[in-house]
Parts: sequence; structure tokens; C-alpha cells
Amino acid sequence: MPDASRSRYLPQQALLLLVAVLFPVCLYVVFAVAPTEQKMGVVQRIFYFHVPSALSAFLGVTLCAAASAIYLWKRDRRFDLVAHASAELAVLFCTIVLVTGPIWARPVWGVWWTGEARLTSTLVLWLIFAGYLVLRGSAENADQAARWGAIVAVVGFLDLPIIYKSVEWWRGLHPKVLKASGGQGLDPTMEKTLLLCTLTFFLLFGYLLMERCRLGRLQDEVEALVHAARRTGAAAGRRSP
Amino acid sequence: MTYLRAVGLVAAKDLKTELRSREQAVTLLFFALLVLVVFNFAFDFTIIDFVTFGAGILWVSFIFAGVLAISRSFQIEREQDRIQGILLAPVDRSAFYLGKVAASILFMSAVEAIVLPLSVLMFNYRFGPRIGLALLVLILNTIGFAAVGTLFACMTTQTRRGELLLPLLLFPAAVPISLAAVKATGHILAGRPFERYASWIALSCAYDIIFLAAAVLLFDYALDD
Repeated sequence: MPDASRSRYLPQQALLLLVAVLFPVCLYVVFAVAPTEQKMGVVQRIFYFHVPSALSAFLGVTLCAAASAIYLWKRDRRFDLVAHASAELAVLFCTIVLVTGPIWARPVWGVWWTGEARLTSTLVLWLIFAGYLVLRGSAENADQAARWGAIVAVVGFLDLPIIYKSVEWWRGLHPKVLKASGGQGLDPTMEKTLLLCTLTFFLLFGYLLMERCRLGRLQDEVEALVHAARRTGAAAGRRSP
Repeated sequence: MTYLRAVGLVAAKDLKTELRSREQAVTLLFFALLVLVVFNFAFDFTIIDFVTFGAGILWVSFIFAGVLAISRSFQIEREQDRIQGILLAPVDRSAFYLGKVAASILFMSAVEAIVLPLSVLMFNYRFGPRIGLALLVLILNTIGFAAVGTLFACMTTQTRRGELLLPLLLFPAAVPISLAAVKATGHILAGRPFERYASWIALSCAYDIIFLAAAVLLFDYALDD
């Protein structure tokens, strides 16, 4: 048995090794190879962590909603593990986005935060999936947590485009100078750096997802063992007196 | 036909309970009015024009009262496990959901029907000839809020921290509703042409349809078997 579980663990170890190699490479490329942006200066380099985090967060949300929908349909525990892990990762990467964004915005825009469409919808996204985790935590058992989580994930995912559209209209009526945040005309070296960083973040996402799912499986196993032990213990207790 | 009858019966049951006890209506109404009073103190309306802030103030009051109404609507079912009796009935469970949504819409509308005229007196503004459109905006957004709120309340009231959990889930999910409601009402208050806010009304309609449909499909999973 230990051999089988070890061979199942192999892809994760390979992934971990790859991420461990790629992250220093990323750091080197971001700080030493990519050119410094003319207007914003050095602070622009946070972009290479900000955008991959945002993409990873959206990957997490999409994966969570898809796994949740499949869970409700098939009622297979494995899909719930994926959904739960994806939601946690979505909240994690979304937090990185919400932290790196203001650090960049303060010197460039002059403010930490503004009610711009993308900022506001990212915050709402974070709130919805943080609520998802709190609701799961409040459930009485794993089955309830899985069903409730799936409902919130599906509703939240359906809601995202509507939230984005509504926030866009809300601010769209007050045009501001913030449109320059788009990625048109990115320098080729910058573009390659961004691609490398995104790939690294996605690999990290994949590794964390696999680890979290494994942890979930182990938790299930422990719970089953504890349950079984209690039952035999109770049975033994009944027999002995 | 029996499906619609079941929806009606669930809503009628809630109304009857409320008419007999009258515990919710009074509390909700006072709460909604209190929010208006707080805003009355927070902003000096001798300087600020109500038209600028009015829509936001009204909707904060309606949405806060709405969360309380929706949350209470399911707590009643949890007390003495009344929900079991309803779920044993041989109708689709989504009928129970739609009945609860209908009852919540009625409670919220009742509060709005009283708070709105009172706010006219309190803040000294007028809707003018567009009162019909204002009512349309009111009902469309109340439907959307109740649709998502009822689905979430069914889950949150099963937990110990239900009252805290419902706004936590509902407010972010209802962002489009709050925005559409405040924006459309604001345009109506300012007397702007219909084209300026037609898209907000369309957005509310889309939200209502999408989430009523989604909730009908998902509601069964919110309940324990």
C-alpha cells in the first residue's frame, strides 16, 4: 500500500520541484531582464505578480463552479474536494490581487483604492467566495457543506458577469482617466515575462490544488477511522459491563 | 395547477401567521423607519438635496429590512421543525421555495408601501408623474433580492450563526440589484428621461429571471434529505 500511495504522490513532487525552480527564474526575469516601464518606473514590476494572481483567481473560481455543478449532478465526493480546494485557492490568489493592486495604484494613480469597475468586482468576487468558505465552515457535516458550497459557487459564478456589467455601468457614467490600465502595446520582453510568470503561477495553483485535495482525502479517511473506532469502542463498552 | 396552488398555499400560510401574530410587520416597519431617521441625522437635508442621496437612503432601508424579513421567514420554519411537515407534502420542493419568495416579496413590499410615502413627508421630495416607473423599479428589485435571499436563507438558518451569515452571503451576491435599484430610482427622482435608466431596469429583469430559474433548480440541494 505505501508504494501505491507514493507513486500517486509522484506527479505532485515533480510539480513542486518545477515550481521551486521556476519561481527564482521568474524573480530573476522580472527584476533583471524585463525593461523598466518608462512612466511608472520600478513599481510596474508588481504587474508580473498581480496579473498572474488575478488569472489564477479566475481559474480557481471557474474550476470551483464547474466542479460544484458536476458534484450536484453526480454526487461524487471527489468533485467536492476539487471545488473546495479551488475556492480556497481563488480566495488566496484574489487576496494577493487585492494587496498588490493598491501597492501599485498608490504611486501610479495617487490613491490606494478607487471605485473602478474591475477593482470593485474583484472585491465582490472575494467577498462571495470568502462567504462560501464561512458557510462551509458553519455546516454541520461534510454532505451539507458540499451541497451548500456548490449552491453558492454556482450562484456566485452566474452572478459574476452581471456584477461586472453593473459595476461597469455604474462607473461608466462617470468617465475617468483610468482606462490606461489596459495591456495594449505591451513590450515583447514584458509580454514574455508575463507569460512565464503566469505559467509559474498556474503550476503553483495546480500543485496547491493537488495537495489540498490530498489533504481533503486524508481528512475524510481520518474521519472514517475515528467514526469506526468510536463504533467499535461503543460496541466493546456495551459488551464489557 | 396543483403546483401553483402549493405555491399560493405556502405564501398564504406565511401571511396568515403574520396577520395573527403581527410580530414581523411592526418590527420591520420600525426598523426601516429608524434607518431613515439615522440618515436624517447623518446628513443635513437643509443643505443637501434629497434627490442626490435619496435613492441610496431608501434602498439601504429596504435592503436592511429585507434581510431581516427573509431571515425571519425561514427561522419560523425551523422552530418546532415545522419545515418537515411542509416537505412531506407530495409536491415539488421548488413550490415551497416559490411560496416563500412570494411571501418575502409581500412583506418587503408592505414595508416599502409604508416607508416610501413617509419618506416623502420626512425629506420633502416628490416623485411626480413617474411614480408608476418608481413602483416598477421597486417591485423588480424586490423580486431579485427575495429570490437570492430566500435560497441563501434556507441554508443559513440551518446554522447557529444564521442571522450573521445571511447578509454576508446575500449582500455581495445582490450587488447588481442594489446598484440597479439605486441608479434607476435616482434617475427617476431627478426626473431624467427613461432612456437613461432603461438598461438598469433591463438588468434587474435579467437578474430576476436568471436567479429565480437557478434557485428553482438548486433549492432541493439546500435542504437535508
